[in-house]
Amino acid sequence: MRLRFSAPVLTFAAIAVVMWYALFNLNPAEIPSELVSKPAPEFSLDPVPGYGPGLAQADLATGKVTLLNVFASWCVACLAEHPFFMELKKQNLVEIYGLNYKDKPNAAAQWLNRHRNPYERTGMDLKGRVGIDFGVYGVPETFVISADGKILDKIIGPVSKDIFDIRIRPLLKEAGS
Amino acid sequence: MVAEIGQFVLILALVTACFQSVLPLVGAARSNRPMMRFASNAAFVQFAAITGAFACLTVGYVTSDFSILNVVNNSHSLKPMLYKISGVWGNHEGSLLLWSWILALFGLAVALFGRNLPDGLKARVLAIQGLIGVGFLMFILFTSNPFERVNPAPLDGNGLNPLLQDPGLAFHPPFLYLGYVGLSITFSFAIAALIEGRVDPAWARWVRPWTLAAWGFLTIGIALGSWWAYYELGWGGWWFWDPVENASFMPWLAATALLHSAIVVEKRDALKNWTILLAIIAFSLSLLGTFLVRSGVLNSVHAFASDPARGVFILMFLIFVIGGSLLLYGIRAPMMKGGGLFAPISREGALVLNNLLLSTITATVLLGTLYPIFLDAFTGAKVSVGPPYFEATFLPLAIPLVAAMAFGPFLAWKRGDLAGVISRLKFALLVALAFAGFIWWWQTGAPIMALLGMGLFAWLLVGSVLEWMERIKLFRGPLASSWKRMIQLPRSAHGMTVAHIGVALVILGITASESWQSEHLGVMRPGEIVTVGGYDFRFDGAETITGPNYDAVRGTFLAYTGGNKGVYLYPEQRRYTDPPMETTEAAIRPMLSADLYAVIGEADGKGGYAVRIYHKPFISWIWIGAFVMFAGGALSLSDRRLRLGAPERAKQEPAVSSAPSGVKG
Repeated sequence: MRLRFSAPVLTFAAIAVVMWYALFNLNPAEIPSELVSKPAPEFSLDPVPGYGPGLAQADLATGKVTLLNVFASWCVACLAEHPFFMELKKQNLVEIYGLNYKDKPNAAAQWLNRHRNPYERTGMDLKGRVGIDFGVYGVPETFVISADGKILDKIIGPVSKDIFDIRIRPLLKEAGS
Repeated sequence: MVAEIGQFVLILALVTACFQSVLPLVGAARSNRPMMRFASNAAFVQFAAITGAFACLTVGYVTSDFSILNVVNNSHSLKPMLYKISGVWGNHEGSLLLWSWILALFGLAVALFGRNLPDGLKARVLAIQGLIGVGFLMFILFTSNPFERVNPAPLDGNGLNPLLQDPGLAFHPPFLYLGYVGLSITFSFAIAALIEGRVDPAWARWVRPWTLAAWGFLTIGIALGSWWAYYELGWGGWWFWDPVENASFMPWLAATALLHSAIVVEKRDALKNWTILLAIIAFSLSLLGTFLVRSGVLNSVHAFASDPARGVFILMFLIFVIGGSLLLYGIRAPMMKGGGLFAPISREGALVLNNLLLSTITATVLLGTLYPIFLDAFTGAKVSVGPPYFEATFLPLAIPLVAAMAFGPFLAWKRGDLAGVISRLKFALLVALAFAGFIWWWQTGAPIMALLGMGLFAWLLVGSVLEWMERIKLFRGPLASSWKRMIQLPRSAHGMTVAHIGVALVILGITASESWQSEHLGVMRPGEIVTVGGYDFRFDGAETITGPNYDAVRGTFLAYTGGNKGVYLYPEQRRYTDPPMETTEAAIRPMLSADLYAVIGEADGKGGYAVRIYHKPFISWIWIGAFVMFAGGALSLSDRRLRLGAPERAKQEPAVSSAPSGVKG
């Protein structure tokens, strides 16, 4: 078997191994972020049209722990976490800021209009520049921001009640809010 | 009773398929004619048995037999008859039964129409079909039995997901499956060729009609799916790069590549290994799509209910079929002699370019679709890879592909004349530039991508028509002789021109609707008028109506321009009770120049309603173009030379082909 002809089967073998693994291993694992316990990067963005004032680095130092959620109207997984964010807003547990990532202004506004708005402020990162500074590599991601605007933790993928209880609630308690 | 009969014939089909997958292979290896002939009989029995099973399940649905679990879960006595029937395949178990039925149908077609296939090749092809059938029937019987009883039987069913109660979607899966399963035939031919160790132009001539048919069905299936998304989801979008959409798009891309590379095998006896590989990949992508949708490995808006046991089975099946066939390819392909070298500037060179670009596009779509799984496996993160990735990778590859599409057909086989082609395409280039310039002037500046898209549309349209005119020497001599040439031109040549024009129309639809869509989002009160895209939309209020199995808020809009009488649009917001769910029924007035698209949302409690109104220029051309592509494929398929039953063997071949040991060049 020459390499040229065995390349397809080797490629498939790699894919199959990963899918086998994925089938049985769906436990979310943590990945460390370079940015944890560093101040949020410098940025200033316009809001999604009709959804509050814009969002800038200075807005993140609020004196209490907040969440910065990276979302997009084209993101299917964002829909999964969205009802939970609405619940958080209803219960007034934590303020959430929305970083709209690589979206179109109209599409984002429509999405928020359709599914309701859980965010105190929104900012549109049309080109994904701010996303690069934050080390965003997929949507959704959620950053836990400290009272003085530092990044405490980063959650990749949809935030569920479990993840909230395990990863976010302790940080809220610690800050005494 | 009906469920037990269904169960019984399904087991019968499985047993038949087991024999079908073994005996003919042994027979072909030993040149035992009765054993080879058994394949055709088995294919017939298998088809009859699965038809019986399908009929039994349909009876269960039509008579609302709620002692069958599958009917309870997916039907309801109040559901309209059309959706009772489409409910048969609107769920996991039933759709697999449909899959197997189409597989058996195609097996039967090979048995019936493949009369002049060599016995050995035919037996091997049918055996591989049988083997695929074994996998699917086992999957149905062991993990997804549609005939499971429930005791005591409930009084009524849970109903079908209202989003799926739609005529477009009722026929979307059958077409898609006809496409997926059609690729199983080319797959079986490829495996048979690997076993025999021989690929020749005659082989390509048998494979092409099947590829063409599968490609045509996939085109229609994908178009129906996106049309459904367009009018049912109420977002006005029609393509979301969702994993399930990609799952159908990838086999289509691979089939498109296969369609073109098979021409090279047929005409130049070259690219054999590549064509075999493409046939394997095209069907593998169909299977992969099935796996991704049903295993729960990927989150998707339209994934079927997932079950890990099913996932394990499908993955093992995938490893067996895809891994096994690629392994066979790795072992046998090096022994097959490739054709001679050829010049880059030639018809075959252009077809190689087509294949390179199409397979790269397929690979990038596959990468984007699998990336979330890989990321999840390695880091545990769940993410969506959305349109930004796909648009950024798809467009740069699709643009040169379309540019070359007008070019390729002009090139001669073996050695093309670049300067000659350029001089003949000068006119198309001029038209494309002039058209883009006109758009720029008319729209007083437009985004560069819009101009590029419109330019490509004109380039491909004019280039395709020019090539066709050239072939029949229109305006180069008396009209009568052009007419005669047109009649004599093979239908496959006409088909190519039509299909390429279809692609041009799709580009027109996509570019225009993406670039010049106008919309109004907001609250409207009765009597209020807004202007969108040159049309005035008057909102005449909303009322509550009752449908057969839902309640709805129905809005009334009058859309008009100038002094015209205008048209009424009635968008609905439906509230189904079984299962409880809300759906958006957009009101769409399709026209050749634009679609008027209205959606009604929630009441604001003060007499107003949230509404969305869109004016989408030329968007219908996306689906018209897809249909034209299908028509081109059908025209080509009707070509005498490609007719399913009548391929001519190129050279004198022995009736019984060589045994596997007799590997020839």
